[in-house]
Amino acid sequence: MELSWMAWTGPTAIFWIGIVSCILSMCIWEYFSPGGNPRIGILRFETTRGDRLFISLIGTAFIHLAWLGFIGAAGLWWALGISFFYAIGVFKTV
Amino acid sequence: MEKTDNNKAWLLVIPVFILVALSAIIPIMTVVNYSVQDTFGGNKFFWVGTEWFTDVLRSERFHNALGRNLLFSFIILCIEIPLGIWIALSMPRKGIWVPVCLIMMALPLLIPWNVVGTIWQIFARGDIGLLGHTMSLLGVDYNYTNNIFDAWVTIIIMDVWHWTSLVVLLCYAGLVSIPEAYYQAARIDGASKWSIFRFIQLPKMRGVLIIAFLLRFMDSFMIYTEPFVLTGGGPGNSTTFLSIDLVKQAIGQFDLGPAAAMSLIYQLIVLLICYVFFTVMSHVGTDKPIEEKVE
Repeated sequence: MELSWMAWTGPTAIFWIGIVSCILSMCIWEYFSPGGNPRIGILRFETTRGDRLFISLIGTAFIHLAWLGFIGAAGLWWALGISFFYAIGVFKTV
Repeated sequence: MEKTDNNKAWLLVIPVFILVALSAIIPIMTVVNYSVQDTFGGNKFFWVGTEWFTDVLRSERFHNALGRNLLFSFIILCIEIPLGIWIALSMPRKGIWVPVCLIMMALPLLIPWNVVGTIWQIFARGDIGLLGHTMSLLGVDYNYTNNIFDAWVTIIIMDVWHWTSLVVLLCYAGLVSIPEAYYQAARIDGASKWSIFRFIQLPKMRGVLIIAFLLRFMDSFMIYTEPFVLTGGGPGNSTTFLSIDLVKQAIGQFDLGPAAAMSLIYQLIVLLICYVFFTVMSHVGTDKPIEEKVE
C-alpha cells in the first residue's frame, strides 16, 4: 500500500507510538486493577485513570504550545520535562 | 463501579473502530505529519520541525480569527440557549398542535448549510431581498456587504434562525419526559411557575442542555459554510472565522504545513473547551439531589 501521501517522519512516528503505548499501558493496568480507580482529587470531581490520562495529555499539548508561543523552539525538551512532572502530578493528585 | 466478567461485547465495537480509524485517526495522523513539514506538491516534503506552530501561535491573523470565533460562539450561545428553553416551555404538550410545532421547528434543521447561506444572502440584499429592501424603505442604512456591524448581525440572526430549533427540540424532549407526578407535587406545595422551572424543569433538562450547549458550541466554533456563502469572510476580514481562515490557508494558498499546525491548535482548543464544559455541566448540582426536595 502506497503511504507516501501520509508523509511519515521518524519524530511523528515516535509521537504516535508514544500515544498508543500510553493507551495500551492503561489497558494492561485496567486488566490487572479493574474499575479505573475512581476518586475525587484536587479538582473536586470524580476522575478515573482514563480521565487523568486525558488531562495529562491535553495539558502536555498546551504546555508545549505555550512554550512554542512564548519562548520558541529553543529548549523544547524543557517543556517535555515540565509535562512529565505535570502528568505525575495529575496522576497523584487529580 | 462493577466490572462485568463478559468482555466479548467489545468485539461489537470493532466495526465502529475501523470506521473511525479510516475517517478520523488516519487523517489526523496525516495532519500531524504535515504540521512539521513543508511541501511544494508532488508528495515531496521537507522537515521544518515546530516552525509552523511557532508562526501560527505568534500570528496576529490567527489571534484575530480565534477572537472573532470565541465572540461569535459566546453571542449565539447567549441567545440560542435561553431562547430555545423559552420556546420549548411555550410549546404545547398535548393535542393537534404538537406535531405541527415539531415539524415547524425541525424545518430549518433540514436545510443544507449552503442553502441557508444563499437564502439569507438573497433575503438581506438591499436591491432584491425582502429584509434588505424593507430596511432601506424604513430608512435604515443596512448593508451587510460593507458594514461590519450589519454583517455580524446578519450572521448571528441567520445562525439563530437555523439552529435555535435544535435547542428547542432537545429541551422539549427533556420536558416531555418529566412525569406528571412532579407537577402534582409542586401544585400541592403551592410552587410558583418560577419554582417549577427552577427546581423541576431545569434540573430535568440538564442532560439535554449539556448536549445542546456542547453541540451548539462546537458547531458555532467550527462554523464555515453559512458565513462563507453570506459574506465570504468580509467586509475585510471581519467575519473570517477560524475555519474560513484555515480553508483559505490550506486550499487557497496551499500552505499545508501552517494549515495543519493551525488545525491541530484549533482542535486542541475545541477539545479543551468541550472537556471543561462537559465536566462542569455534568457535575454541577450533583451533590444536591433536587429530586428529593420535590418528592
